[in-house]
Amino acid sequence: MTEMAAPRDYYGKALVELGKKNENVVVLDADLSSSTRTSMFAKAYPERFFNIGIAEQNLIGIAAGLANLGKVVFASSFAMFISGRAWDQVRNSVVYPKLNVKIAATHAGITVGEDGATHQALEDIAIMRVLPSLNVLVPADAIEAFQMIKYAAATPGPFYIRMSRGATPLVFKDSDYIFELGKSKILVEGKDVAIIASGIMVDVALKAAAELKKENIAATVVNLSSIKPIDVETIVKVAKATGCVVSAEEHSVYAGVGSAVAEVLALNYPVPMEMVAVQGVFGESGKPEELLDKHNLNVNGILEKVRKVVARK
Amino acid sequence: MISKNVIHQIVEKATMIRERVLDMTSKAKSGHPGGSLSMADIVATLYFHWLKVDPKNPALESRDYFVLAKGHAVPALYAALAEKGFFPLEYLEKLRQLGSPLQGHPVKKSLPGIEMSTGSLGQGLSVMVGMGLALKLDKKENRIYGILGDGECQEGQVWEAAMAASHYKLDNLVIFVDKNGLQIDGPTKQVMNVDPLADKWAAFGWEVISIDGHNVLEIVGALEKSENVKGKPTVIMAQTVKGKGVSFMEHQICFHGSPCTDEQLVVAKKELLATKGNLL
Repeated sequence: MTEMAAPRDYYGKALVELGKKNENVVVLDADLSSSTRTSMFAKAYPERFFNIGIAEQNLIGIAAGLANLGKVVFASSFAMFISGRAWDQVRNSVVYPKLNVKIAATHAGITVGEDGATHQALEDIAIMRVLPSLNVLVPADAIEAFQMIKYAAATPGPFYIRMSRGATPLVFKDSDYIFELGKSKILVEGKDVAIIASGIMVDVALKAAAELKKENIAATVVNLSSIKPIDVETIVKVAKATGCVVSAEEHSVYAGVGSAVAEVLALNYPVPMEMVAVQGVFGESGKPEELLDKHNLNVNGILEKVRKVVARK
Repeated sequence: MISKNVIHQIVEKATMIRERVLDMTSKAKSGHPGGSLSMADIVATLYFHWLKVDPKNPALESRDYFVLAKGHAVPALYAALAEKGFFPLEYLEKLRQLGSPLQGHPVKKSLPGIEMSTGSLGQGLSVMVGMGLALKLDKKENRIYGILGDGECQEGQVWEAAMAASHYKLDNLVIFVDKNGLQIDGPTKQVMNVDPLADKWAAFGWEVISIDGHNVLEIVGALEKSENVKGKPTVIMAQTVKGKGVSFMEHQICFHGSPCTDEQLVVAKKELLATKGNLL
């Protein structure tokens, strides 16, 4: 039985740990603390937790002000609202003045499920990675999320950390796993195709690689968790080794992880590429698994794209 | 009670700020003189009488913090900071030029004395609230001062921040609303009426002090009063005149985002010189 955990639960745990170690750590939320798990920090350190109410623009502005006077600030809400509603504030009040604000966004992507399209951010990676010098991270599992939160707290400057809602299989079994900014980890090595995946799609990519073995296709699987800065070296390396690439993400096909990979390949080592992503449409209500299947964000979706890209070599 | 001499000095500085605003924006052939002139007396009072700041030590631990939410009026702030000694006066000639630290809107760390980047209207007050919270957490006595525009109060975020400042009882936060009544597209009353503005702030739980924003005695009085306000933030509603100090610029929308022509500059500076003369 595969061990499962939700990144946001580990986010909450990491905050409590950070709060204990560093009294400069403060946490803000916009009335979603029980969902984002900042409630765990609020319970442990109520004097350093600020609920800003349902006001995401103000949430980011207040986070900027706290950081301006030396606080290490974590600001959370759902990915949709904290990236979309507050984009101008993130750009002008946080990223431009290079303030030490860590935006930890939960409930990203279609696996939000039943709440439907208004709550399913499929554009946040696109609009965040375009901001100069903002670090954009997507953990593959709860263990990586935990590491990223600690890394971000220890690293000056703004971060956007994107987490999905549900419990997903742990990719990293080893608690010694160390996250490195700008580095991508090769999880499986094969010579025929490189699957570069992010977030919940990493585990799906690993399962797809196992299936591909039966078809005598040896796949490399890369966890692209540091979307920005991006690991040009590893992406080029796997492209050279396999000659074709498939990207996989729980995000729009436009300007997300696949596009980031395509930018690297186009400029450095163009190879045939296919993208597994939501095809520029809105989500809808449904069970997370049903939505993933509808949008082909599953093992079969990856297999199909791998077969296609291998044929293009 | 503030002495006549001190008031006289502040008014002199305000006139100097106005002169420099006109020089800078005319040289740059760009910038926002109207809203810089309307807040010149407030800025002069803050920087030459009220704020605890030290140009020799801009990072002074116990300093007051100033955030210009209406960032487009930054020429007045640059002029005050330069005159105060935060950076050389020659810098003012580089306003809005490529590679200059004097950007069109203030940029944190680009110059000593600039505490925060602003420009996208409505964001400054939230930042001030965050700074106020940080000072409370650290049990520090420093205070936060800021200036918003009345047009800026059309931004919804201002009211989110107003609500939060009151909710968190930030009595270390004092803001001015530079109520000059004009915005780019016309009179604020016509574009999108923000009135009754004082009532709105009061309804959001703020201490409201209404003054003539060109009367230094009233500006100082309001600041003194704000120090005794406990458990809530203070807003000083400053009734002002856009373009104040130069007859042909007063109440004129065209000078919101455009400087004087060279010919106008000559006339304007003569007027300001006369003002100065009257002060002597």
